[in-house]
Amino acid sequence: MNTGPNDNEIISRVLRGEQAPYAELVKRYQNFVFTIALRYTPHREDAEEIAQDVFIKAYRSLADFRGESKFSTWLYTIVSTTCITFLRKKKLEVQSLDNEKVFEMAESHDSGFRANQVEQKSKLQMVNEAIKLLSPDDGKVITLFYKGEQSLEEIGKIMGLDPNTVKVKLHRARRRLKEKMEKHFVQEVKDIMN
Amino acid sequence: MDIQPTIEERLWDYIDGTCNAEEKTFIGQLIATNQEWMAKYKELLEVHQLMGNLELEQPSMRFTQNVMEEIGKYHIAPAAQSYINKKVIWGIGTFFFLTIIGFLIYGFGQVDWSSKDGNSILPLDFSKVDLSVFFNNTYSNIFMMVNVVLGLVLLDMYLEKKKKVKNKNMEL
Repeated sequence: MNTGPNDNEIISRVLRGEQAPYAELVKRYQNFVFTIALRYTPHREDAEEIAQDVFIKAYRSLADFRGESKFSTWLYTIVSTTCITFLRKKKLEVQSLDNEKVFEMAESHDSGFRANQVEQKSKLQMVNEAIKLLSPDDGKVITLFYKGEQSLEEIGKIMGLDPNTVKVKLHRARRRLKEKMEKHFVQEVKDIMN
Repeated sequence: MDIQPTIEERLWDYIDGTCNAEEKTFIGQLIATNQEWMAKYKELLEVHQLMGNLELEQPSMRFTQNVMEEIGKYHIAPAAQSYINKKVIWGIGTFFFLTIIGFLIYGFGQVDWSSKDGNSILPLDFSKVDLSVFFNNTYSNIFMMVNVVLGLVLLDMYLEKKKKVKNKNMEL
């Protein structure tokens, strides 16, 4: 997919004093970083602010990146800590639909939504929307595994867990995703299964 | 009896390719011969394929520009370890160690191990140890000054490194 210089080549140039190549790293990973930030907060403006902070922190600490892991693994570690710090500062609570009260609100909101949208909903849209209903950790582990090109060991480094625990978390996240899909998009799931 | 999580977990390991060769063969056979396993496998594979096509969200068009404008205000701090060459540290440390050993060897070499002074409470006679040879000599004084300066440089490097680590921890 990357036809240009690899991450380590870009980092070497930035460390030699060229700032412009860093834009290439930002373009490569901005979507991943922004998506993970959105797992922590539903507000796009906040997620964009978090993502911006991540890239600035990464730039300022670039000299300390030793190249022992992939740059993306190192970057996603910064995403985790930045998200948590940001949310603490804003005193926002990340709501999960595992919280019963929030779930009820979502249910009542969802019935109207379903009535208007269900005919046009594709399978892909359904999954994309279901993942937003997961807790931040569940959404993050699925995003890192499927879109972040991270192995279980690398995800373990990012989340501070051993690979077996990550495997269990991934299994549970997938099960919960399936449950969300079954609960919120009953007809579509039936169509998939048949 | 809920055996679903066990079947699911094993099938996910199979789909992810994280099970060993023996388990993979065994599950492959179960999928081929057992209706329940086959149905579950199809279900999970569909979800797996859908998750593989998850869409990433995109930030605003100006995102990259905003980031580059912000980083323009900073210059990258050198790595905490880049200016601390371990060989230099070991070299300085070895130099000090050898100097101290040299002094001790000279000192003990001056001691008269055979005689005992009846008035002295010490078991050995240290009166013959003449350290003034070291402190009256210009070259020795220069040597001592160099040792002191090197010691201060080492101390400064160590404190600087500690400060950088502390600042980094506070930032994150």
